[in-house]
Amino acid sequence: MVEKALFAILMDGIFIKNFLLIQFLGLCSFVGVTKDVKSAAGMSGAVVFVMAMAASVSYLIYTYVLVPTKMEFLDLISFIVVIAALVQLVEFVVRKNIPSLYRSLGIYLPLITTNCAVLGVVLLNVSSEYNFIQSVVFGIAAGLGYTIVMLMMAGIRERSTFVNIPSSVRGLPQAFFIATMLSMAFVNYFWVIPI
Amino acid sequence: MTELVTFLVQAAAILGGLGLAVGVMLIVASKKFKVETNPLVDEIVEILPGANCGACGYAGCADFAERVVNEGAPINGCPVGGFDVAKEIGGILGQEVSEGEEQYPFVICNGGLNCVDRFDYVGFEDCKAVMLLSDGEKGCNYGCMGRGTCVRACPFDALTIGEDRLPHVNKNLCTSCGLCISSCPNDILVFAKESEQVHVLCTSHDKGKAVKESCTVGCIGCKICEKNCPEEAITVTKFLAKIDQDKCTACGICVEKCPQNTIAIR
Repeated sequence: MVEKALFAILMDGIFIKNFLLIQFLGLCSFVGVTKDVKSAAGMSGAVVFVMAMAASVSYLIYTYVLVPTKMEFLDLISFIVVIAALVQLVEFVVRKNIPSLYRSLGIYLPLITTNCAVLGVVLLNVSSEYNFIQSVVFGIAAGLGYTIVMLMMAGIRERSTFVNIPSSVRGLPQAFFIATMLSMAFVNYFWVIPI
Repeated sequence: MTELVTFLVQAAAILGGLGLAVGVMLIVASKKFKVETNPLVDEIVEILPGANCGACGYAGCADFAERVVNEGAPINGCPVGGFDVAKEIGGILGQEVSEGEEQYPFVICNGGLNCVDRFDYVGFEDCKAVMLLSDGEKGCNYGCMGRGTCVRACPFDALTIGEDRLPHVNKNLCTSCGLCISSCPNDILVFAKESEQVHVLCTSHDKGKAVKESCTVGCIGCKICEKNCPEEAITVTKFLAKIDQDKCTACGICVEKCPQNTIAIR
């Protein structure tokens, strides 16, 4: 196992391996839920929670169930089960406590299940051979990176409704343009923070 | 052989155990975080067509059902379901529904091949794309581009572009959801009731000379129809005739008199 400082893992997850803009994971929620800042923030909160929980639970399952029984090949399917259950749990909690957020997230809340970013965190943890704390830190970092980009995207899209844009570009095409420019900005982090 | 069997059993046991643990946890959580839902909402969701087209103005069928029960949204708000669905919703909520007259999208442009082109457009077959090039290839800036944006907007295949390069509505398939109307960049699709017989098939506010140069069937604002209408149902404003459907008796005099054949009875 390569020793890696926790701070390096944190920066790695937030900027250099940013899940949305560098690795292109979890793009459906990136385009779908960024119409206003409030629902983007709610979605990001849910994703941070699910990522941190999934990272820790899947680490425990992988290390203490799959490795001793030499069943490592079951990692994908058992991680999917874990993530699906966690998302279900989040859905219960959000529905009970924040009904307005539940309505504004709509279809995208259950979609965290199929949000490849969450599965990406878990699988990257396994392939990088992180220990428990490193896994959780990477999960939180990935969630924070997701949050930052979601909030930036939602802020830009909210403000750009006041701009006079040709009607044929409005909506999704415009979102793709914004995503492109954000992505180009984030690529620069490769050079700014050498790790 | 026995090795394989134990291997498979082990794998199944691990996945099964995981599933069981997760399932138990979810059952406990669902008991703890149970939300009381209104059974009326579920009942209405069952009745709605489930197209989730958004034509009612809400996020989807489930959202519409909730608004109907809790916030008094109109029970005949679902255009896809039509009167039958409204009646069933009314039955559940104990409200009376009166049947509104059916209305369908109607094309108020007769341009098509009658309208001259200013240039040859080669590119993406879409009205909005054509419109980006100096308001379209047609000599008339108000008319139908005939590139089928409305056809693609219709989820029920009710529209086709005919030989005359104009869209035609198939009333048997149309559900009056209005998606084609909102997709049209030139607003030449409008809702028209079945009882409204006489229509001005032009939306051009150009002066007569300009209309004559570009289109053989456009309204030139000559006011002949306005003078001849016995019911005074027609007014010409900004070189375009408009029919007051409440006064019109569909006598057909204006249709005969119109020198451009712009007005039509259907």
